[in-house]
Amino acid sequence: MTNAYAAGEAASRSALQIDAVFFFITAVSLFFFFLVEGLLIYFAIRYRRKKASEDAATSDVKSHLVLEIVWVIIPSLVVLVFFAYGYVVYRDVTTPAPGSSDINVVARQFSYEFKYPDGNTTVDELRLPAGKPVKLIMTSQDVLHGFFLPDFRLKQDVVPGQYTYLYLQPDKEGTYDIFCTQYCGVGHSTMRAKLVVMSPVDYAKWAQAAKTAGAVMSLPEKGRDLLSKSGCLGCHSIDGSVKIGPTFKGLYGRESHLEGDREVVADEDYIRESIYDPGAKIVRGFPNVMPTFKGRLSDDDIAAIIAYLKTLSGGKSEREEEKKEKGERKK
Amino acid sequence: MAAEGSGHAHMDPAQAYDAAKLGIWTFLATEVLLFGGLFTAYIVFRLKFPEMFRIDHAHLNRLMGATNTVVLICSSLTVALGIAAIRKGKQGLLRLYLALTILLAAVFLGIKYVEWNEKFAHGLFPDTDVFFSLYFVMTGLHGLHVLGGMLVLGGVLALAWRGKFSERYYTPVEVSGLYWHFVDLVWIYLFPLFYLIG
Amino acid sequence: MAETTADGAAIPLNGNGRSKGYLEEKGFWSWALTLDHKRIGVLYLLTTLLFFLVGGIFGLLIRIKLMYPGQEIFSHHVYNVIFTLHGSIMIFLFIIPAIPSGLGNFFIPLLIGARDVAFPRLNLASYWIFVAGILIMLASLLRPMDTGWTFYTPYSAKTAADVTLLSFGIFLIGMSSILTGLNFIVTIHKLRAPGMDWHRLPLFIWGMYSTSIIQVVATPVVGVTFLLLAMERLFGIGFFDPAKGGDPLLFQHFFWFYSHPVVYVMILPAMGIISEVVPVFSRKPIFGYKAIAYSSLAIAFIGFFVWGHHMFVSGMSKTASIIFSFLTFFVAVPTAVKVFNWIATLYKGSITFESPMLYALTFIFLFTFGGLTGMFLGALATNVHVHDTYFVVAHFHYTMMGGTVVGFLAGLHYWFPKMTGRMLNEKLARLGWLLTFIGFNVTFLTQFFLGYKGMPRRWAEYPAQFQDLNIVSTVGSWILGAGILIMVVNFIRGYYAGEPAPANPWKSLTLEWQAASPPSTENFEKIPVVTDWPYGYAKRKPEGNE
Repeated sequence: MTNAYAAGEAASRSALQIDAVFFFITAVSLFFFFLVEGLLIYFAIRYRRKKASEDAATSDVKSHLVLEIVWVIIPSLVVLVFFAYGYVVYRDVTTPAPGSSDINVVARQFSYEFKYPDGNTTVDELRLPAGKPVKLIMTSQDVLHGFFLPDFRLKQDVVPGQYTYLYLQPDKEGTYDIFCTQYCGVGHSTMRAKLVVMSPVDYAKWAQAAKTAGAVMSLPEKGRDLLSKSGCLGCHSIDGSVKIGPTFKGLYGRESHLEGDREVVADEDYIRESIYDPGAKIVRGFPNVMPTFKGRLSDDDIAAIIAYLKTLSGGKSEREEEKKEKGERKK
Repeated sequence: MAAEGSGHAHMDPAQAYDAAKLGIWTFLATEVLLFGGLFTAYIVFRLKFPEMFRIDHAHLNRLMGATNTVVLICSSLTVALGIAAIRKGKQGLLRLYLALTILLAAVFLGIKYVEWNEKFAHGLFPDTDVFFSLYFVMTGLHGLHVLGGMLVLGGVLALAWRGKFSERYYTPVEVSGLYWHFVDLVWIYLFPLFYLIG
Repeated sequence: MAETTADGAAIPLNGNGRSKGYLEEKGFWSWALTLDHKRIGVLYLLTTLLFFLVGGIFGLLIRIKLMYPGQEIFSHHVYNVIFTLHGSIMIFLFIIPAIPSGLGNFFIPLLIGARDVAFPRLNLASYWIFVAGILIMLASLLRPMDTGWTFYTPYSAKTAADVTLLSFGIFLIGMSSILTGLNFIVTIHKLRAPGMDWHRLPLFIWGMYSTSIIQVVATPVVGVTFLLLAMERLFGIGFFDPAKGGDPLLFQHFFWFYSHPVVYVMILPAMGIISEVVPVFSRKPIFGYKAIAYSSLAIAFIGFFVWGHHMFVSGMSKTASIIFSFLTFFVAVPTAVKVFNWIATLYKGSITFESPMLYALTFIFLFTFGGLTGMFLGALATNVHVHDTYFVVAHFHYTMMGGTVVGFLAGLHYWFPKMTGRMLNEKLARLGWLLTFIGFNVTFLTQFFLGYKGMPRRWAEYPAQFQDLNIVSTVGSWILGAGILIMVVNFIRGYYAGEPAPANPWKSLTLEWQAASPPSTENFEKIPVVTDWPYGYAKRKPEGNE
């Protein structure tokens, strides 16, 4: 993750502009900080009572019109400048650039889905070609979320029932953090995504590959793809680590302890029920926050998912999956 | 000697009266803000859903609404007459007008009860749509204030029954009268906004 | 000893035939049903201080969890509950009521030369309504709140937590706040001693007057907001639910219409305390009395028009954002004026550094810094980056804790002798102050950098790059906790074993010091007739009472 004051290489022009405002306000504020606090400390020391005498001569000054007018006018002018500079840069970063391509963003508890103009979809990973302006058209499926790109110094809340917009132009290749900044529930801290900025050539290659990959898939591959695109991996891991929900690794065929002291073996029926009616059986120690996918996943989809989950409970296929998972995680 | 009513031993009668008047006006200011929030919501949603408001408001019973308006205006009149009476020391008249005011308030609530039941019978509930959410919440909150006013006026009537008031001291009557006028005034805004404007 | 005061109030006498100190009468009911504004003030102070400590413990728990980047210590859900409780308790049960209902209740009548507030029974009712609200809030802990203290919809309408019960609790607490404000407005208008013109009012009173106006105007709106939230959960009304034609942003507008002015409810009384303490310990008249008095009103007024600066990235229109940013900067000007006036008061004074003054100077130092960090938040471009990050958390802790809490502590140290009749131990007070000051800065200065680097608020776990600063901040919280603990020990020790206090240990000119330490039940034997401004230190030396 880039740091503003390091190397002068910003992720985008927006970062440079906003950092400049930061720097300006910091400089001016520091000046007044040292002036005001300096006088505070100086007066406190200089006019401290040196003897215990009560008769220490103190001045009777109660006002000074010129001074008071000056210290109203100067701060007013200073804050006006802060406002103006902040406004000008804000206007700049919230104005769409000509030729922006539209990317639809759908936020839900607890993942981001990105839909590209060419029909591609990715989850928790936004891929963009460097140097091209982009308009993110964002909405939420459930509660408020926030879309924050710290390296770009850009942020916009994502609201259910309406669209909000974020304009960006990534200039430098690299991988950048996307954080959720509007508290959205138990998965808020782990609702993170990555922005991968590639050269236009690499981006074109990736976009093409992603399209063809979607065309021919085996049933377990389709299941894996669905899990990714439906946001399941936001809460369930496939490598055994504990997230919001139980891990998928080894799930199929596993005996689970439920709330209310029941035991159940995770078979096809259990998996299907968990997807359509997640509240019916809660595994002990996990919160009841999973949404239903009724209407979003068909029976065929579920069959694919079950096929994939079965591969996570085998021996050899487990190791294969672990390798794929490690390869995908970029840090 | 100190004014009647404990807790005011530290104020003389003139101070206590002034304080009470300033107190009730300040309280009414807070009530304006309370209802003001809801009126703001009304404006916001009216601008957002003009069709919904036009269609839905026809479902409201204008006759009952208008009757209730008259009832409340009369009740403001009776409470004002009561204050005028006690200013001249007429305790009997005060009790009569207070009782009438409470009775009219009860009539208002009775008509409201019938009205709401009529809505429910037609399948119109607070969660039907935003118009009805506003209607039930605002008339409901107003109704609670009417009920509260009845209780306060009832307390004042009880004090009047025990002969606590005279032409020299009737502050609680005046203060609750002012509150009652406010409750009336809120309805005078609610009625046209919900029942009349298309 | 006469049995009534000159104006006819009965004087309760103790066994020695002398006027009863307000603390003398014992027994549960003498406290539970008291009409004495001083006792009611003490009840509020004890209640709010209790919740300050409870809220503080939740704060310490937050910091312990945040030392680790992963899922250690306790679950995310528990963390979400804890930060919600920390915020809600600190704001609703401590910071809003502490100075107004605590110190305000005790000292407003004394400062204006009155025997009590305008409506003592309403005052008592306000306290019990406050307690009822607290109990209902506690009852909601069976399904504890996990929404953050801002309760944004749709999450707060959907969560399994008992937001409905909680909303009613907060409604009652708000009602208590409104009634207290109403009481103070009438008291200040109608019960001033003869000769106490508006321009002879102590500046704490000007601060409390402005505060009370805000309380009375703003609180009903948040009351209605929580009522509507409860209705949404109970009856399915959808003002804030997009699925029903509602708008989540409407909730935010309603909520912040109150919650921005309420930060001025928090700071104006504290500023009033600073205006009292600084002249006394500089032995100089306050500089710019009228400017300080009117700036309180100006802050209250302007403060009503800036709430949108909490919503720049919420989806609110750009035009609204621009207007709100513009107006936001203007509330800084009357605030700055106060700071300049306090510093000018020090000029050519004769300054001593007893604990009240130590805290007062600390207030000026920390609040100025906190206020300057507000510039980054008011400016649109920089707000986009640091909104909803730890930068904001640091900013409001500097202003609310470095400001209000420090001002509150200055007031407690200043008025402790008057309230209890005993002096605090100065050495212990200084130790507590030093640890608090160091701990506070270590805890919260680091958070500005965390926020700038991009760490969002309300995160239970975080990527490893944020860990170092988090560890530093947590260690700071332990130092801060130690400082507060020492201060609390000093208060307890002072109450039971402190040196007996004279009536006017600080040789102040304001009226409360003319009453005994502690005051009698009726405050003054004779209502004073005021002939002078209370800050004429250079011109005359007040008698130091024995």
